[in-house]
Amino acid sequence: MGILFNILNLAIFTSTLRITTPILFAALGGCMTERSGVINIGLEGMMLMGAFAAAVGSYFWGPWLGVLFGIFVGGIMGLLHAFMSVTVKANQIISATAINIFALGFPNLIVPVLWKGHYAMTPVVPVIKSIQIPVIADIPVLGPIIGNLNPIVYIAFLLVPVVHYVLFKTRLGLRIRAVGEHPKAADTVGINVALMRYIAVTVSGLLAGFGGAFLSVAYQSQFSQAMTAGRGFIGLAAMIFGRWRPFGALVACLIFAFADAFQASAQAAGVPIPPDLLLTLPYLLTLIALAGLIGKKAVGPAANGKPYFKD
Amino acid sequence: MSRNINESVLTAFKVLVAIFLAFLFGYIVLYIMGYDPVVAYGSLIKGAFGSKRGFAETLISTTPLIFGSLGFILAFQCGLFNMGLEGQIAIGGIVAAYLGYTIPGLPPFIHITICIIGAAAGGALWGLGPGFLKARFGIHEVIGTIMMNYIAFDVSSYLVSTHGPMKDRLTDMPASPFIHDSAKIIRIWKGTRLHWGIFLAIFFSFVVWFLLFRTRIGYKLRAVGKNQFAAEAGGINVPRYMILAMVLSGLFGGIAGGVEILGIHYRLFAAFSPGYGWDAIAVSLLGLLSPIGIIGSAFLFGFLRSGSILMQAIAGVSKDMISVITGVIIFFMGMSDPVGNFIKDKLLRKLYGNSV
Repeated sequence: MGILFNILNLAIFTSTLRITTPILFAALGGCMTERSGVINIGLEGMMLMGAFAAAVGSYFWGPWLGVLFGIFVGGIMGLLHAFMSVTVKANQIISATAINIFALGFPNLIVPVLWKGHYAMTPVVPVIKSIQIPVIADIPVLGPIIGNLNPIVYIAFLLVPVVHYVLFKTRLGLRIRAVGEHPKAADTVGINVALMRYIAVTVSGLLAGFGGAFLSVAYQSQFSQAMTAGRGFIGLAAMIFGRWRPFGALVACLIFAFADAFQASAQAAGVPIPPDLLLTLPYLLTLIALAGLIGKKAVGPAANGKPYFKD
Repeated sequence: MSRNINESVLTAFKVLVAIFLAFLFGYIVLYIMGYDPVVAYGSLIKGAFGSKRGFAETLISTTPLIFGSLGFILAFQCGLFNMGLEGQIAIGGIVAAYLGYTIPGLPPFIHITICIIGAAAGGALWGLGPGFLKARFGIHEVIGTIMMNYIAFDVSSYLVSTHGPMKDRLTDMPASPFIHDSAKIIRIWKGTRLHWGIFLAIFFSFVVWFLLFRTRIGYKLRAVGKNQFAAEAGGINVPRYMILAMVLSGLFGGIAGGVEILGIHYRLFAAFSPGYGWDAIAVSLLGLLSPIGIIGSAFLFGFLRSGSILMQAIAGVSKDMISVITGVIIFFMGMSDPVGNFIKDKLLRKLYGNSV
């Protein structure tokens, strides 16, 4: 009982919020792209490229410009996937896999050029510091948990209602969803199917890039090879768990992140379970949650993954 | 007949264009970054073919790539993406190493066979999970297999960690004890690490070809891949074939890992595969998803893997350049069909008007 108390301290909730952030970006990106009918398993690679670009940008131009650069590069990768999926009508999984594998190697090619003697890892770069929110930080119990976080964490959580609003309360969102459910019908009433999908997939790339930037210039202070460690995929799983809705995805992200924070805290508290095995917890939980959630089949947008041929 | 010839010429052309474009892209990237592309590519070729050892290493890398690609193809022909090969390779390696050092006093042929069957079973189990989740709950197999990858990686580093159950107590290295001599796959080229596995891989390519294209099971499996709903209407138990495809797919991932341990490393350590599971995706696509075609494309990637080591040493280009080329090849192969169709369409329309 004592050890459980050591694990469940206040810090675990703070770190849950921090760990949620990158997954949440991916999950929100997933909501956008899949609602428009394009599967994007390339979020992982886009996030990785975003993390790399942000570290490079931060080193040369400072952390905030670094973040912008990370978002930008994520968006470029998103645009690439949109081009492959919408214009070329290639298999979306194949296109995204190309992006994922490319992102695994590409940074290692650049790092030794920018920094002699470095391999697979950038030097330490300037980071974005946490901020104290004046009134909130003074609330007892809750204050220390949510009052003193990295600005990007706040941005991520604020983006949840924003994405929800865009998808479900605006004309653009209605069009994106229409295109994802029934592109032919949408086309008939004059919606530009290709444009909607381009927008949605590119935005998903921007979001993934943002999540990656958080990893390299806020959560950690450098880029290292494959540092995303499956967060893009976990984000997608969270999105499915949340039934393709931002708030549902948020809940799932919090659960997965709590599992991760729990294992880290348990390690620190000296729980007699080998650390490597504790590391599997978030992945196991993702699988169990997905299997247990549904009972019946997970049903996404009807046209998800299908290219649209205009005739 | 002439149509067939045209088709295969077109296909060969497609593959060559994808390879050419990938290397061209690599050339440009290298040039922009201030490397000397000619030196880089020169050392890549020299590393892979310039010496007996280099050539042997090319074939050594070809071996797990063939096994891995057979796994990818088996799932793909059923319409599924097995992104879990890298994890299945890790599991296969764990089982093979464990059986290799724990069972003493067996004749080599029997010991090796047991180890490989064990590795195959481990990989198959790792494929079964995501296959079941897909068939029963509709959970996308990409997510399932990727999660299983991370679990496999963590389990394998646990097993050989300081207090792990498979850790060799005699060394400080995070590795298992060496396997018995009877479990080592015999080497066939003096002075190199080349072993019998390459022939086993080629043999299995034909087995998988036969399975897919000459048996009822293969026919049904492909039917599910072609059109799930038509297959279901035709009385095929779709979930069962999906699970079967993932199990078979994982099985070959497991063999890839097992053979790698039994033929090359002789002991388990974490992340012994340099990414064969990912390369296998590109190998499969470039080999046009044919169990025979991938023998050729696996050789190409074996060449890249083997040559990249000298390239890193001489030209200073990270051997991860291979991932970049791999990504670009996948990209262009993914593009080739739709673009090819588009061009054909345009061409035909131009030639015959709108009547076609």
